Amino acid sequence: MQITAYPCPLPGGAAGSEFALTFDRDRRHRMLVLPALFDEANRMRRFTLEVMRRLDGAGIDSFLPDLPGSNESLRTLAEVEAEDWAMAAEAAAAEFGASHVLAIRGGALFVPKALPGWSYGAVKGASLLRTMLRARVLASREAGREENLEGLIAAGLGQGMELAGYRLSAEMFARLHELAPNEDIRLTAIDQELVGGSPLWLRAEPDEDADQADALAAVIAMGLKQ
Amino acid sequence: MTSDTDHKLRRILTDVLGLKPGQADAFDADTGLFGHLPELDSMAVAGLLTEMEDRLDIVVEDDELDGELLETYGNLLAYAEAKRAR
Repeated sequence: MQITAYPCPLPGGAAGSEFALTFDRDRRHRMLVLPALFDEANRMRRFTLEVMRRLDGAGIDSFLPDLPGSNESLRTLAEVEAEDWAMAAEAAAAEFGASHVLAIRGGALFVPKALPGWSYGAVKGASLLRTMLRARVLASREAGREENLEGLIAAGLGQGMELAGYRLSAEMFARLHELAPNEDIRLTAIDQELVGGSPLWLRAEPDEDADQADALAAVIAMGLKQ
Repeated sequence: MTSDTDHKLRRILTDVLGLKPGQADAFDADTGLFGHLPELDSMAVAGLLTEMEDRLDIVVEDDELDGELLETYGNLLAYAEAKRAR
């Protein structure tokens, strides 16, 4: 495993770069991995790497880019637009010569059109927002403040909003509100039934599950052999 | 005899709480939820409600969210069954 930089243009087209975790041995199958977003990114990070290690063992290269404003990025999330994430996914796919994509949860909202591959737990942007908004309503209520979803959505669309500790720009909020996984027939959805167990993004805390990682990697490895 | 809603709700709680398969079968109407299970913080409750909306095909309104709804398994199940019957 290596940490590598990939060129990722700044808004307006100036040169910039972001980091990516890579398992690169110049092999035929090269998987771009688009991670889960926001609070789910944390909970799914270890699982995502566990799947990548298994893909490496199965002879498949993989690349996990940092999205602008996340992890080691120099950019401030509050200034990042959804379009920047789509561009980052395209840029990483081009830089690493990706042959396929594995999109996890909200990562499925930013899949480059040209790539075939898999999605796991793909989710609408509006569902991600709704869960984070509701957590905020519940936390506010415990603190004795009344907020409601409708009012918060209007505020988020107007000036952006901090949700689950992530400061979203108004543009990011509005785009997420509309974005749904691209129903491109080239992406195969991997059902939880196939992976077994309970989805790890639902847990309150980060966790790992070797059996689920085995199953997910096996589905992909077998799919690539066909 | 358990209803379809009961079955699905136990499955959702199993997923959200990371329970072992079958563990949720022991829940009865008086089993305490919010405030009794440390895993159920506000983020987890929000996730639970989103999953209920998706899998039970209901919409949970803000004003239905009160302390009582999540107090016990019985309350949550009664709510879900009433919502689905509409």
